[in-house]
Amino acid sequence: MSLQEFEKIFQDKVDQDIRIEPKDWMPDAYRKTLIRQISQHAHSEIVGMLPESNWITRAPTLKRKATLIAKVQDEAGHGLYLYSAAETMGTSRDELIGQLHSGKAKYSSIFNYPTLTWADMGAIGWLVDGAAIMNQVPLCRASYGPYARAMVRICKEESFHQRQGFEILLVLSQGSPAQRRMCQDAINRWWWPSVMMFGPNDDASPHTAQSMKWKIKRFTNDELRQRFVDISAEQIKILGMTLPDPDLVWNEEKKHYDFGPIDWEEFREVINGNGPCNKERLAARVQAHEDGAWVREAALAHAEKRKRKELERKEVA
Amino acid sequence: MPEQQWPLWEIFIRSKQGLDHKHAGSLHAADAQMAIENARDVYTRRMEGVSIWVVESKYVHASNPDDAGSFFDPANDKVYRHPTFYDLPDELKHM
Repeated sequence: MSLQEFEKIFQDKVDQDIRIEPKDWMPDAYRKTLIRQISQHAHSEIVGMLPESNWITRAPTLKRKATLIAKVQDEAGHGLYLYSAAETMGTSRDELIGQLHSGKAKYSSIFNYPTLTWADMGAIGWLVDGAAIMNQVPLCRASYGPYARAMVRICKEESFHQRQGFEILLVLSQGSPAQRRMCQDAINRWWWPSVMMFGPNDDASPHTAQSMKWKIKRFTNDELRQRFVDISAEQIKILGMTLPDPDLVWNEEKKHYDFGPIDWEEFREVINGNGPCNKERLAARVQAHEDGAWVREAALAHAEKRKRKELERKEVA
Repeated sequence: MPEQQWPLWEIFIRSKQGLDHKHAGSLHAADAQMAIENARDVYTRRMEGVSIWVVESKYVHASNPDDAGSFFDPANDKVYRHPTFYDLPDELKHM
């Protein structure tokens, strides 16, 4: 069969929502793009543990400490599901980690911002996880089987994250004047970076068309972003807070919220390594990997020793 | 010298007594015991498992999807394996 015939069979499957599995034929470009998309999603989960871990030791109550730890643990798990899915496509964990540490691979821009107060934990859960859920739910029907299945698992776990975050803000919004100020301040700092999580505008996003044809992207950046703004603008009313956008206004004709201009210069700077915490985040990951080398070696040595002891035990018996 | 890698393991979880083990994903571990413990931490944080199987990925053998058409073909046209193929009167009960 010719290349075109293979490609036609592949595209027909995708068009009919028949999942592509690891050993199925797929175009090289599909494989490469998916490895990059899935691994960058995985990197985002792992790096995403860092801004929140920052507040574990300073959570205001034991309950809040336990729930924050559980959320961060989930993020580690999500990263692992996604690395596992990427590895089914013929790459190794080492290769992927190497790309993250060398700066070759990207991760979500949002995690390059600092967490300055406890209220940031609430803003992240509500807005950042909220934006992630908006992106992830449609991907449960992505064309690549292992990716779609990982997304189903992730989505089940993600909903507690958003509820945990909103609940933190709700309690603060009903508290003292200082707590209410802290709540509004966190929202002011996390709103626009969350809006930018959806990526460039559709007309500045050349890969979107191909990704939608391959069903590894089910809605465009602007479609998801609009949905996120519409939903968040309603949810914030319950907090009695405001979004830091003077141009945010309900458009009765379009049945959507109009919103203000995004600072794409900031987005570009953060994506290219010049955000407030890029260097710190990468350094933390590299250090964790290097500091953990002895653990990895020791585990292998211990496994060898255990195997030998087991063999000796069997010989004697 | 490049670091020696932990092997890759495929993880199968039985979520409830009475159900089969289902493939949940993969992970790296130094040996089977560590793979089981890691699988518990990665795949059963919400009590989604009562039993875990781990198999080193290199020991999983699979049919070739490129040959799936011809490989599964013998079953394709044997409609008489299905109960609906057999036309029997409605008065016949319990069958």
